[in-house]
Amino acid sequence: MTLSLSTPDFLIERNRDRCINCRVCVRQCANEAHIWDEEEQRVKSDDALCVDCQRCVTLCPTHALTIRKYPLEFRENANWSANAIKAIYKQAESGGILLTGMGNDQPYPIFWDHLLLNASQVTNPSIDPLREPMELKTFLGRKPEKLMMRDGKLVEDMPPQLELEVPIMFSAMSYGSISLNAIKSLAAAAEKTGIMYNTGEGGLHKDLYKYGKNTIVQVASGRFGVHPQYLEAGAAIEIKIGQGAKPGIGGHLPGEKVGLEVSQTRMIPEGTDAISPAPHHDIYSIEDLRQLIYSLKEATQYRKPVGVKIAAVHNIAAIASGIARAGADIIAIDGFRGGTGAAPLRTRDNVGLPIELALAAVDSRLREEGIRNQVSLVIGGSIRNSADIVKAIALGADAVYIGTAALISLGCHLCQKCNTGKCNWGIATQNPQLVKRLNPEIGAERAANLISAWEHEIKELLGGMGINAIESLRGNRLMLRGIGLSDRELSILGVMAAGE
Amino acid sequence: MKRVYAREEFCAGCKLCEVHCAVAHSEYPDDIIKAFLKQKVKPTPRVLVEENQPISFALQCRHCDDAPCTKACISGAMQKDPLTGVVINDESRCVGCWTCILVCPFGAVQRDAGGHKVASKCDLCSTNGGLPVCVQNCPNDALVFTDELWGR
Ligand code: SF4
Ligand code: SF4
Ligand code: SF4
Ligand code: SF4
Repeated sequence: MTLSLSTPDFLIERNRDRCINCRVCVRQCANEAHIWDEEEQRVKSDDALCVDCQRCVTLCPTHALTIRKYPLEFRENANWSANAIKAIYKQAESGGILLTGMGNDQPYPIFWDHLLLNASQVTNPSIDPLREPMELKTFLGRKPEKLMMRDGKLVEDMPPQLELEVPIMFSAMSYGSISLNAIKSLAAAAEKTGIMYNTGEGGLHKDLYKYGKNTIVQVASGRFGVHPQYLEAGAAIEIKIGQGAKPGIGGHLPGEKVGLEVSQTRMIPEGTDAISPAPHHDIYSIEDLRQLIYSLKEATQYRKPVGVKIAAVHNIAAIASGIARAGADIIAIDGFRGGTGAAPLRTRDNVGLPIELALAAVDSRLREEGIRNQVSLVIGGSIRNSADIVKAIALGADAVYIGTAALISLGCHLCQKCNTGKCNWGIATQNPQLVKRLNPEIGAERAANLISAWEHEIKELLGGMGINAIESLRGNRLMLRGIGLSDRELSILGVMAAGE
Repeated sequence: MKRVYAREEFCAGCKLCEVHCAVAHSEYPDDIIKAFLKQKVKPTPRVLVEENQPISFALQCRHCDDAPCTKACISGAMQKDPLTGVVINDESRCVGCWTCILVCPFGAVQRDAGGHKVASKCDLCSTNGGLPVCVQNCPNDALVFTDELWGR
């Protein structure tokens, strides 16, 4: 097949009045879309190779570059979009499944944008967070049924808790799917801001043990890098059942990304594919899950909370109830917009549930069953800003996971090419030349700044509602009103309509 | 004295340090586009990025304590400022014999591409009194300006 029917997605526009032919763009584009023409002594480009990561645009010292959507248009057809046609050309050439990175980008409803927050007027005072103390501290883990005191002390020991300064954590991203410099950035930012980051299923690199008290270590179906010191290293353990971007599918790290350090950390031979089975082959039921939860608790002397992470799928409420009853201390639910280092496109874009609906359904169900105190709920899957977080807490979450937002703070431009290993921002790559581009000192500062900025905004929003502790907002759906939603959606979300 | 130190592990190999160094030492230090597009001869950077990817780092004059170039210079143009420690080539006295280029152990001196027939080298941006422009413009903090001795 010599003729490819694929046409470029993006157009590289170079303003020749500004370009000084410095070749910074040539050096920075790992996709080789900028080319130095030795004969003409000037830079030229190959549009077809551009993925719109905007690395060149950001680094060009004269602001000579613009990337546009390629203007070529197919004959208008409401059924056959350009993406639908191009996907077929691609598959007719490759014969393979379409792979992509990051989260679902399709125009499904975003329920956060259909929820409005309350504020105090006259009948109760709002609070100025700059003048009055405001508490965001959050404890994750099982809470006792009741508190019994004797001589001023708790009779029963508190079950192990994770302590967070802000109800935000960096979600699971494995060493392998992202670079060591990206993980170091997040780990250091977590330490700085008193929150947690999550190892993902890639084990714990030796340089990261020092961040242990801010680490959640994951145990996934591949069991990569799981050993006694690993389980002991973190502040909590998370069993990964699924993730929002690809529910029902295990992780797959291609052998090219398994270099010496990744291989040592994952405890697999260098250059071999790291394939996580779709299910845990020792978990085919809630009873099996209970066994693993208690095995991990036993292995760590019941000193650490053990969580379970699942993707939001149909019937999520019943599944979550089962997980709570299986003894999990934390349930993490990942909505269908959650990001990933690589996923089959059709799975990413068509499987799962919006996290807002899943969260409301799970919180309601656990309350109805009287077991809400047994688990903390952490949700993720495209939290975009502090208002999303406040709405999530009001819907019933104890804390949120942020993954995509955290990577954007490090420089990610959402080009969705994480699966190619050519991340020009040094994030989703193991290529040493690209990894160097992310200085973890800068990364840690940026990610920590994001958390502090959101912390301020959350306090501002709480103050407006007249609430001075995040605890008082938790599950307080009266602070929410729905707008532009059907009765059914309002009832699942458990909120009244705006104006009511 | 304060020197510029490279942190190889964070150098992205973009060569923005070279670009901005060239501009700062051109006829149009405040206008990058004119410096490159209007000036007759292409401006030359005084910092050079050495690379053999994935290794890359920016190298400029080390302003050696016992600078060989100042000893070798036949006209007395190359001098180490006794107060600041900066090694500077007085271009009005430089005759362009390139002896300094021969003796510099770092290859940090170059011929001026402007045809001035003078040796061109890093002056730590001593005229602007602030941070050297290479340090200022490195996008990844791969260059630091400090009086601590780095990497020894
Ligand atoms: S980085 Fe900008 S100025 Fe330099 S060659 Fe590329 S487009 Fe031209
Ligand atoms: S892929 Fe990224 S760096 Fe390369 S041309 Fe496109 S936007 Fe620029
Ligand atoms: S500007 Fe910084 S990152 Fe770029 S080549 Fe120079 S030292 Fe390296
Ligand atoms: S030019 Fe070379 S020899 Fe002279 S001070 Fe600089 S590094 Fe040392």
